[in-house]
Amino acid sequence: MSIILTVNHLTKKFGYLTAVKDLSFTIEKGNVYGILGPNGSGKSTTLGIVLNVVNKTQGDFSWFDGTTTTHQALKKVGAIIERPNFYPYMTAIQNLKLVCKIKEVSESKIEEKLELVGLLDRKNSKFRTYSLGMKQRLAIASALLNDPEILILDEPTNGLDPQGIHQIREIIKKIASQGTTILLASHLLDEVEKVCSHVIILRKGEKLYSGRVDGLLASHGFFELKTNDLEHLKIYLEKHASFGQVKLENGCITAFLKEEMNAGELNKTLFDQGITLSHLVKRKESLEEQFLTLTKNKSN
Amino acid sequence: MVRLLQIEFIKLWNNRASKVLIVSYFVLLCSIALVAAVKFDIGPIQFHLAEQGIFNFPYIWHFNSFITAFFKLFLAIVIVSMMANEYSNKTIKQNLIDGLSKKEFILSKFLTVISFALISTVFVFVVSLILGLFYSDFNEIGIIFSGLEFLLAFFVKLVGFFSFCLFLGILVKRSAFALGFLILWQIFESFIRGIIRWRFFDGETTDMIMGFFPLNAMWNLIKEPFTRLSAVQTAVNQMGEEIVLNYNVHWYEILIVLTWTAVFIYGSYALLKKRDL
Repeated sequence: MSIILTVNHLTKKFGYLTAVKDLSFTIEKGNVYGILGPNGSGKSTTLGIVLNVVNKTQGDFSWFDGTTTTHQALKKVGAIIERPNFYPYMTAIQNLKLVCKIKEVSESKIEEKLELVGLLDRKNSKFRTYSLGMKQRLAIASALLNDPEILILDEPTNGLDPQGIHQIREIIKKIASQGTTILLASHLLDEVEKVCSHVIILRKGEKLYSGRVDGLLASHGFFELKTNDLEHLKIYLEKHASFGQVKLENGCITAFLKEEMNAGELNKTLFDQGITLSHLVKRKESLEEQFLTLTKNKSN
Repeated sequence: MVRLLQIEFIKLWNNRASKVLIVSYFVLLCSIALVAAVKFDIGPIQFHLAEQGIFNFPYIWHFNSFITAFFKLFLAIVIVSMMANEYSNKTIKQNLIDGLSKKEFILSKFLTVISFALISTVFVFVVSLILGLFYSDFNEIGIIFSGLEFLLAFFVKLVGFFSFCLFLGILVKRSAFALGFLILWQIFESFIRGIIRWRFFDGETTDMIMGFFPLNAMWNLIKEPFTRLSAVQTAVNQMGEEIVLNYNVHWYEILIVLTWTAVFIYGSYALLKKRDL
């Protein structure tokens, strides 16, 4: 699998503040990556550095295995950072033509990309007349003009209304399904969970985790159980070798698995023990729960 | 290089304010021809400015390049705002992300500055040539094309001044403040001149020292042409005075301005490179 971006021991200091601390990761072709982290965790700074608008303090990064300069590599990248930035007095078409000139690609794709983001009927309106959602969609169209190897999105749904958020997500999914590598920075966990296959989790500029979303916590999920005799069930489960922690909360038992077990198997075993369940759900921790567990563990 | 100019052209020409200013600047350059129309006819006193020798070759090169250089303020506004707007719209960040290198970014602005200066010089050349052919008393080819060093000085003066504006635009990031800073700098130079003259040296040494300051160096390139007019000189001679002035364009003055230009452009690049956007 070809490598698109390698980041090695990257550090960025703003005066006394260390925004990114010794960060390393690689981005491989074809995956959808999420960079997760609370506000101020260094997501945008990291992207700014690899996009050549923020100067690094230490470390290095290379695009496409170091085969090209950063300047040339950026022409094969599509990126949107925070707010969409265009010339307010120019129309969508004029702005995109300018981007084509900068990226040195032909202007033939402008209409196609405007169509993709649903702005074709407003193509001759000035940028300043656009709503925030439209501006963000124009930014995506602009980032796609060169059919990039990788699309970098920094908080693409920030400040949008639910409809706008939905539109942007649909566009991202559509692009991902076409096989474009995507790097999505966000603090919205469900957003990342919905579209990403890999995550990089940052906190205060430090990497907590990078890898597949489902490998984030080596967990086998947990059961939510209800029955008439909760105490009896709890004692049984605590003795059972397959279970780790067992919690009783609000009339519901949550039992965390130490090894793989399916729901039917558990139901049968319990029934044989004379315990009849009124509620049985097997779940994996959501990304949010995993994220919180992870950040909590590291802070202890 | 053409690509960089095209990029800058798209940015400027689609901005109505810039377009109006650029067009009015070039209209003003042509309007120097209107001087020819200045004509008083009050009974016995007949005065026709064009007949007073201001349009004589090679003096016309001096006179026109001196006068038209004042109009450069119009383009200064365009240049300062074209730089500062990139910051206020944050488009500079987007340009860099889209794949323009910092060097290319500065280069595209500098090329625009050169183009403006070049087009202005050609304009002044053409307008002066036409005016001269109409009104000049001397029409030999050798005389017509003598004194063209004033046009070179004009070009260098504009490039230097615009580079200064560019630098201020990057330094200050706000067009209004950058223009304010330009005026402030002018005052600062006069202030320094006053201090040096008052405390340290005589007039001549002061002039020499001031010749190294950017705005003063640009001003020195083309000396005022009025006292060179034969009519004025005659009048002064009658009063028993004599004006001794060296009107020529000196190579070291051009060198000083070119050095400042290099400093400003490199300074802009260094600033851009150092800053986090």
